[in-house]
Amino acid sequence: MNALINIARELANLFVDDGWLALAILGVVAFAGILSTLVPSSLATGVVLLLGCLGVLVANVASSARR
Amino acid sequence: MTWTADAPAISAAFLGSLVEAVEALTIVLAVATVRSWRPAGLGAVAGLALLVLIVLVLGPLIDRVPLQVLQLIIGILLLLFGMRWLRKAILRAAGLIPLHDEAMIFATETAELRDKARRNEAKLDWLAGLASFKAMVLEGLEVVFIVIAVGAGGGQLIPASLGALAACALVAIVGLGVHRPLARVPENTLKFAVGVMLSAFGVFWTGEGLGVPWPGEDLAIVAFVALFLVTALAAVALVQRANAEAVP
Repeated sequence: MNALINIARELANLFVDDGWLALAILGVVAFAGILSTLVPSSLATGVVLLLGCLGVLVANVASSARR
Repeated sequence: MTWTADAPAISAAFLGSLVEAVEALTIVLAVATVRSWRPAGLGAVAGLALLVLIVLVLGPLIDRVPLQVLQLIIGILLLLFGMRWLRKAILRAAGLIPLHDEAMIFATETAELRDKARRNEAKLDWLAGLASFKAMVLEGLEVVFIVIAVGAGGGQLIPASLGALAACALVAIVGLGVHRPLARVPENTLKFAVGVMLSAFGVFWTGEGLGVPWPGEDLAIVAFVALFLVTALAAVALVQRANAEAVP
């Protein structure tokens, strides 16, 4: 049973290691999703998604470095 | 199958699978060294059998999910998975966290198994097999995920699978030939490259799922790879400079 719990925990860790990074990525995707419903088929959604993800990455690395 | 369309999927699957196969091999070799090849081999084969079963069960289900929903789900998972790899690779490259050391992992795993052997000799074959099985399943699931993630959204499952199979075969042949962990594989460089590629795929598929009309269609992935690479290298330089200024 413990082995199964460990495997499940390690599976979850595949996607979520730093909780703030995961939450920030989901936040960017959610914002892009809302934008895509307001302005369908718009390149602006893509720009928000791309720049949002790059920004989240840099901010997270900088914050990890400060810690 | 066109090389220009399939190359990103093949190379991402190949490089990602190479890293995972090296990690699985380290544990299987540790088990074989402490106990014998029998539990190590049986555990690895059982793990492979479970992976094949998972692919056989989940594979047909993928076709039933509407393409745009599939692209969105895979894109989000790729962003979570790829950016997690990229973040760690940046922090490792900047010297903030230690590099992944296969020789040290091999030594730790071997010591743990020897400790278990002293405490519970009778169950050791079972424990050794379980360690091998667990390594194969966990690392194998990452390979399966990478193949599905880079291949399913654009109908490139076969090229991605070929890339992954080539990587696993290469590691198995070299690893079983040299009989020791492949510590000289530049794992962080590979993880850096794969993190960049998976993050770029993640942005592309999430955007496709949200209906974004990417300029240049599939070629946009190449631009995203370049952007993620430049940003990640800049982040490494930024952290290194901040560290150097902090140390008197």
